[in-house]
Amino acid sequence: MSTDLVIEAEGLVKHFGQTKALQGVDLAVKRGTVLGVLGPNGAGKTTAVRILSTLLTPDAGHATIAGFDVVKQSQQVRQTIGLTGQYASVDEDLTGRQNLVLFGTLLDLGRAGSRARATELLEWFGLTEAADRPAKTYSGGMRRRLDLAASLVGRPEVIFLDEPTTGLDPAKREDMWDVVRSLVTDGSTVLLTTQYLEEADALADEITVIDHGRVIAHDTPDGLKHLVGGQTLEVRPSDLARMEETATILSQVSTGVTGAVEDRKGVLSVPVSDDTALTATVSRLAAAGIGVTELSLHLPSLDEVFFKLTGRTASDDDTTVTKEVAA
Amino acid sequence: MSTATLTPTPRTSTVPRAAEVSRKPLPLLRHSLALAKRSLIKTWRTPEALIDVTLQPAIFLVIFVYIFGGAVAGSTASYLQFLLPGILAQTIATGAIAIGVNLNTDLEKGIFDRFRSLPVPRSAPLVGAVLGDVVRYVIVTVVTLLIGSLMGFRLEGSVLAAVAACLLAIVFALSLSWVSVFVGMKARTSGAVQGIMFLLIMPLSFASTTFVPGGTLPGWMQGFVKVNPLTHLVDSMRALFMGQPVGMHVWWTLAWCVGLVAVFMPLAMRAYRKKV
Repeated sequence: MSTDLVIEAEGLVKHFGQTKALQGVDLAVKRGTVLGVLGPNGAGKTTAVRILSTLLTPDAGHATIAGFDVVKQSQQVRQTIGLTGQYASVDEDLTGRQNLVLFGTLLDLGRAGSRARATELLEWFGLTEAADRPAKTYSGGMRRRLDLAASLVGRPEVIFLDEPTTGLDPAKREDMWDVVRSLVTDGSTVLLTTQYLEEADALADEITVIDHGRVIAHDTPDGLKHLVGGQTLEVRPSDLARMEETATILSQVSTGVTGAVEDRKGVLSVPVSDDTALTATVSRLAAAGIGVTELSLHLPSLDEVFFKLTGRTASDDDTTVTKEVAA
Repeated sequence: MSTATLTPTPRTSTVPRAAEVSRKPLPLLRHSLALAKRSLIKTWRTPEALIDVTLQPAIFLVIFVYIFGGAVAGSTASYLQFLLPGILAQTIATGAIAIGVNLNTDLEKGIFDRFRSLPVPRSAPLVGAVLGDVVRYVIVTVVTLLIGSLMGFRLEGSVLAAVAACLLAIVFALSLSWVSVFVGMKARTSGAVQGIMFLLIMPLSFASTTFVPGGTLPGWMQGFVKVNPLTHLVDSMRALFMGQPVGMHVWWTLAWCVGLVAVFMPLAMRAYRKKV
């Protein structure tokens, strides 16, 4: 038992009737780090977060937050954590400021403390102008920010973010990522659930992959990428006649065992695992005088990760779950 | 465009961490009051939610007094003296429907998850909602007495007795609220809450001494009327407003209040824990 672990869960089990949401999940998060819990819809991510944040009691297993048991010492746990769910949990009839002051009062920060903290957070989240408007007039992104601000009122040591960027457009998503990063520099420990490998890769120090209520992998983002075969480089040469030439260059930078270059609708793709692959490709293409209309590097999708780990895709998985529930 | 740039977190917050703040005494009372204030802000922002406690008693008074007054009591004036406490009790009873409906809708939203992830007593959100309703009941009382006096209602007892009558009505309303809260926790939709509560309140308010003296009712119904809490409430208020002896009615009303809270508050709390 290392005291360095701020979140520790062992053998969490939770059933809802016939649905086995969790079937023995272990989680461990070190102080000041971000754990990404990755999995498709229905994998059990939200159930795990709800148990760790004292909203649900596990059927079996136990968990501690900063040394406090989530079942036996739930009040202490609640003083330590901040929770942001998939759905904005603020009162829409109250203004942004009234919401934050209310939560401050409920956290015993006192009248002056609650007001000061509300002002601080509104400023930080760029909501000062909208502070005195009812939350129902906020845009989706603003509401999400207010929700995150609400979970930070008590300056929690541990923060749970349940799919914080689901439904946000890419620009807003990156904003949210910046916020998460600054939380960690402030000394908080973060557990974040997501359906996007890209998000886990951008934010997490370690990633736990959950499927069917079980942990199927736990690794660093690099380790996980290595496991599933790194990234994919895609190139679309502007001159179709130079397809062959481009393919040869790509084969040279490819580190994949299956180094083969595939052709589909004028796009060449190749697996790469080296960070220099993109720059190497660019300089070689430039040297050969080959122009491109498209050049991109991307991570394997959650589907690909799942396929590698389980031999089936995440979306297949969803249908299996539905069938099980229906049966 | 609201492309807000997010500046990094202020490293030195002037506010201590919640985990380091010393807990203050009486958490249930303090937190319930904070949450009651939330209900008040919501009410303030949607005044149309007050129709059931403002327009409704006014319309009922006018309709009942001028339509039935002559037939039931011989004159509208004497019927008004008889009816006003009844209308007050009936409005308070129907006013209790709203809290169950509102809580049922609230549960659908994430806000209750937020409350439950905070270090507040589990019952605080429900107790807070009930306490927040005190303001609605004070409004009912004031509106009904005001309209009544405009129509010619006169107090025949002391002011102190009248205040006691109003307080008794409010205490009863808060007790009855727990039934509504319980139904609100159990029912699947807010429409169902409304329907169930209406079915409960209608016989309670009509099969009582609210609109007519009990003596004219058939024997089998009199049995129900005699135990009906609204009968006791209305008869207590009538006696207090008219400066007559209240007899056992006040005690029966208070006994009902204790009974309703003792049964339905724990039931509501249990349903709440299961629901969320």
